[in-house]
Amino acid sequence: MTDTTAEHALTLDHVAFQWGGQGAFGLNVADFGIRRGERVLLLGESGSGKSTLLSLICGINAPQRGTIRIDGTEMTQMRPTVRDRFRAEKIGIVFQQFNLLPYASPMDNILLPLRFAPQRRARVSDATGAAFALTDALGLSRSAMASVTADRLSVGQQQRVAVARALIGAPSLIIADEPTSALDAGSQASFLDLLFAQCTSAGSTLLMVSHDERLAPRFDRSVRMEDIATLTREVAA
Amino acid sequence: MILLRLALRSLVARSLTVGLTIFAVALSVTLFLGVEKVRTGAKASFGDTISDTDLIVGARSGSVQLLLYSVFRIGNATNNVSWESYQEIAARPEVDWIVPISLGDSHRQFRVMGTTAEYFERYKYRGGRDLEFAEGRAFDDLFDAVIGADVAAALGYGVDDPLVVAHGLASFANHDNQPFRVAGILAKTGTPVDRTVIVSLEAIEAIHVDWQGGAQVPGQVTTPDEIRAMQLTPGAITAAMIGVKSRLQIFALQRSINTYPDEPLLAVLPGVALQELWGIVGIAETALVAVSGMVVATALLGMAAMIFSGLNERRREMAILRAVGARPRTVMGLLMLEAVLMAAIAALLGIALLYAGLWLMRPYVDAEFGLYLPIEGLSLREVLVVIAVICAAAVTSLFPAVRAYRLSLSDGMTVRN
Repeated sequence: MTDTTAEHALTLDHVAFQWGGQGAFGLNVADFGIRRGERVLLLGESGSGKSTLLSLICGINAPQRGTIRIDGTEMTQMRPTVRDRFRAEKIGIVFQQFNLLPYASPMDNILLPLRFAPQRRARVSDATGAAFALTDALGLSRSAMASVTADRLSVGQQQRVAVARALIGAPSLIIADEPTSALDAGSQASFLDLLFAQCTSAGSTLLMVSHDERLAPRFDRSVRMEDIATLTREVAA
Repeated sequence: MILLRLALRSLVARSLTVGLTIFAVALSVTLFLGVEKVRTGAKASFGDTISDTDLIVGARSGSVQLLLYSVFRIGNATNNVSWESYQEIAARPEVDWIVPISLGDSHRQFRVMGTTAEYFERYKYRGGRDLEFAEGRAFDDLFDAVIGADVAAALGYGVDDPLVVAHGLASFANHDNQPFRVAGILAKTGTPVDRTVIVSLEAIEAIHVDWQGGAQVPGQVTTPDEIRAMQLTPGAITAAMIGVKSRLQIFALQRSINTYPDEPLLAVLPGVALQELWGIVGIAETALVAVSGMVVATALLGMAAMIFSGLNERRREMAILRAVGARPRTVMGLLMLEAVLMAAIAALLGIALLYAGLWLMRPYVDAEFGLYLPIEGLSLREVLVVIAVICAAAVTSLFPAVRAYRLSLSDGMTVRN
């Protein structure tokens, strides 16, 4: 797969990671990749190493062996501060819930990543306008956007603000960690529609993590955690 | 900019705890600056009390004691200076002017001082300022008195009001037979003169005509008119202020007075005696500054504790910041920024409280302690203190900030609530 990395938004190659400390587990990913513009669902139960995998992809933690490339750029060898900057530029993240700084306004929450990502900032000439374009498209009312603090919004509204934050400045990879689990079934479908539409219009690749297999048909491809990763658990001495 | 806004918003969101913390730091800043103000105000007020007087002469005691009773009306003379010695010193060629002072009587809570009319010209304060009359003028009759501004204000006296002098300082024996008349009221000076009743040296003798050995001679009553006809040369005075013709002669004159053969006398330079006084007061000053410094340190530690206790609840927030690309160092910086903002707000509030307090307390402090606290801008030293408090807040917040740094390194973007 190394010869086709240029077409890939993400590749993991013989990645091995071991948490420090006693009884900690390790994660090995031999070969995993996502092509540009692809929408991939990663299925896994809790404890399957999803969080660890995401923190490796986001460059919060660095693997002991192997390479991780985003947009063809190898990032495991970067210094931590450079990786932080790289993450800000390349990746937008949506969590399950509690995505926002509760005391900040929705607008400040959306604009926050631009503070750490000058290239993303340069891609939007009018940051506030771009944010409103996203929130309008996501069906967030301007009155909700005018809220003084983000914690006054409903959970559904907060998730949309989180999507706008992930998408602003069009990063190449969007990582969504169970973004719909806090929503009711009706909102889940419409939330996914909006997420897909905005990823497409931003040209971003989507990696969504979930335990809900029913979502699989809506994605280009779904992958099971156990098919790509092996867990090693260190036996306590 | 957005980080500063976030820090401010974060503080506003926790307004109750943040407000209390800020208030605690503000109070400590007020206390510290207040101590500074009172300290420098007291020093300035003391230092401004007498100027242009080269030597003060009194009976031999300590130089600080002499300065305190002759100028500040604090404490008492242990002994007097005989009129003969006074005359001899006055006649010396180096002496340009000499003003005698006679203390020992009181009117209500105020001290009575006998002197000559020259006192009003020779006594200078605050870098050479003259005494001025707010009303009336200096005494010309034997039973005329000039009162200080505080005396007039406290007792409600006006010109021509009668005034009876009491014998001693805390005595029930009044010199009832010789009532005085208020001839003049001095303008406020911010010195002990404000709290003094000034009469002529002869008047001091006059009210003691019927007294012997500290008690009134029974049955003996001399009328004011009889007294006016008497020769009222004082037997002794308490102290004298001296101006010399040439400053070069001060030390020679001082030496000759200090070695005066007929009587144990002491001559001091007011400035030197004041320095000696500061040497004594300095220990208390240092203690005060140290205590108020401790209070500031305590308040800052309280702030650090408050940041610490909030860290766990804010791990979620730190994870979000990390996820959007903030470095652990940025998370740490945000916490320190919050601390510095709190300290800066506290410092401003503290300064506001200080001036409000000064403005409110000034009349009371002035009336009660004779300490005139000027409302001036902050001195360089005080500005440095405020900057030091803010810097100390930054340093103190390092502890919780380093903890946040570690937490955000280990948590990464893991969801923790």
